[in-house]
Amino acid sequence: MKISRRWALACLSGCAVVALGASAMAKGIAYKDVADMLHAVMESDRTVYTRKVVNRLTLKDKVIKASEYHEDEKALPLPAQMFRFGAEMVAEKTDKFRYSLLSLWPVNKQNAPRTDVEKAGLEFVAANPGKNYYGEETLGGKKYFTAVYADVAIAPACVGCHNEHKDSPRRDFKLKDVMGGVVIRLPMTD
Amino acid sequence: MTSNGPLWLIWLLATSAAAAVMIAGLLYGGAARPSLVIGRMTDGHHQIELACTACHTTAFGGKESIQKACVGCHGAELATAKDTHPAKKFADPRNADRLEKLEATQCVTCHTEHRGEITTAMGLTLPPDFCALCHQDIGKDRPSHEGLAFATCTSAGCHNYHDNRALYEDFLERHAKDPETASKPIVKLRASPPEKSTDAKPIVELAAADAPAGKSGDAAVAADWLASAHAKGGVNCSGCHAPGVKSKEEYATRWIDKPDHTVCATCHKDETATFSAGRHGMRLAPGLMSAVDGPLGLTRKQPLTPMRPELARLPMSAKAHGTDLTCTTCHGAHAFDTARAEVEACLGCHDDKHSRAYVGSPHETLAKAERDGAGVKGTGVTCATCHMPRTTREDPDTGEEHLLVVHNQNDNLRPNEKMLRSVCMNCHGLGFAIDALADTDLVSRNFAGRPSARVESIEWVMRRLKEREGKSAGSAGSK
Repeated sequence: MKISRRWALACLSGCAVVALGASAMAKGIAYKDVADMLHAVMESDRTVYTRKVVNRLTLKDKVIKASEYHEDEKALPLPAQMFRFGAEMVAEKTDKFRYSLLSLWPVNKQNAPRTDVEKAGLEFVAANPGKNYYGEETLGGKKYFTAVYADVAIAPACVGCHNEHKDSPRRDFKLKDVMGGVVIRLPMTD
Repeated sequence: MTSNGPLWLIWLLATSAAAAVMIAGLLYGGAARPSLVIGRMTDGHHQIELACTACHTTAFGGKESIQKACVGCHGAELATAKDTHPAKKFADPRNADRLEKLEATQCVTCHTEHRGEITTAMGLTLPPDFCALCHQDIGKDRPSHEGLAFATCTSAGCHNYHDNRALYEDFLERHAKDPETASKPIVKLRASPPEKSTDAKPIVELAAADAPAGKSGDAAVAADWLASAHAKGGVNCSGCHAPGVKSKEEYATRWIDKPDHTVCATCHKDETATFSAGRHGMRLAPGLMSAVDGPLGLTRKQPLTPMRPELARLPMSAKAHGTDLTCTTCHGAHAFDTARAEVEACLGCHDDKHSRAYVGSPHETLAKAERDGAGVKGTGVTCATCHMPRTTREDPDTGEEHLLVVHNQNDNLRPNEKMLRSVCMNCHGLGFAIDALADTDLVSRNFAGRPSARVESIEWVMRRLKEREGKSAGSAGSK
């Protein structure tokens, strides 16, 4: 049986892709997949806390308030605080990844985008519902894979708080609006 | 021409000997160490300057080991203070450019030790306008802050770098209408029973004392003990002098004539721990050595000695010089009279203007009235009321709260706004208290008079609130 040059080339290039893929797999999971997996956990936990704890107890059952000053006011931590407390605790445990909750309309101005990738990512997820943004950036001399995921107003508590907060620069949020973004950074080793 | 060989040899030997003495002093301690301390230490650390390993835990540990040492001593205090700039906040690489300007994850960036010539209040070794490095745009967000000098952020009674528990905007707003003095000003009352009490019945007669023959002390000692909270709580002589000894037969052989703070810690763990974190007791903190065992037995392990008033940088009474500061210095062995410990013991040593002005101050008048029975319990204000306040602390693991007498008198001392919530606001309104603490002359007069300083933070907060209310009323009207 005679094999044409075209088929031979196609087979060779196919083998090369498989070999490269196997090589990538041997090195570990792709950065994007790691970031997506981390975000799946973060988003789920955040949704559970917002809907089943904060929204239910503050707006539906009306048994407790949620407040930025939850200790002084004997209230629930805000969902954004719950998320940040977790991020700070993670930062004390590992340097394998970092995550933060940022916004183009931040209540705390320190949570506005600071890097070009953050800014581009937040603008992208706000303009493209359902899509994520992935990029690479060098910060402090180290290269990072940076993923940005839309942070959506999933409950009336989110909308009410952000529209009424004295430091909020935007007060016309509606349910399901993109309010900001979760930024996950993975240091790149190669 | 004469040969310089012998001179070179002498020089070499002398230099080598000097180097050996220096290295031995640094590594092992001993007589050479005091002269090897570099620069003037901060007020916070000078007492323990001979215990080099308190901070330099390893010879080549680098900045990580120093940071670990800082957090080891100050971490819990910062956590309690709800530190507004914890290192973990800067761990995200998005702050890399900021860290290049100010390495905020390392305590020594702002608090460099051994640099007396550039050290200011609170051990700060940075220019006071450091806030500008990250908050230079604050004027855009807060028009009221436009044009303010950054050196005033932390010096005007408005903000602190670490502890803002009494200074954040919503807190100021909530307490804006506080009266100068509460209608029923009462401080937290003593915990009863103490944090760890025995189940033993009160001891009411001297015959029950269990000191072995020859160890009973004189009649005054016995009477003091019988009238003490210890006897009332069923703590016998052996409780302190033979701690942990079960058999009476062993009392005599295992008797401790002068039990130290470690014995007190058996029951008063939190009080002893906070005592050894403050300037009264920090030299007694575990593991602080001025010397360790050296080669050929040239140096021997030597813990730091207790603090003595003449070692302090604050003015102290010459009469108190030579007094070792331990638990019984203030509490008095056997009597453990807390009334004495609250004022008399303090004034026995402290000889500065503020301390001397306590006598005759409005706070002292209240303390006297309470002592005489004319004042309601908890209305008196002693030195300890403010400097060793009774504070509720939460166990970070269990979430349980307990009342603690903080024996670290530096815990709330500087910046003095740290005192607002733990002390002042038990009796006074926030605005009045902020102004009083900002008035250095009033502080030195021990609060005899009214504050002449005016911190405008509450006015600014209320002005902003009014603007907001005006805006929302306007937008409601226009709908």
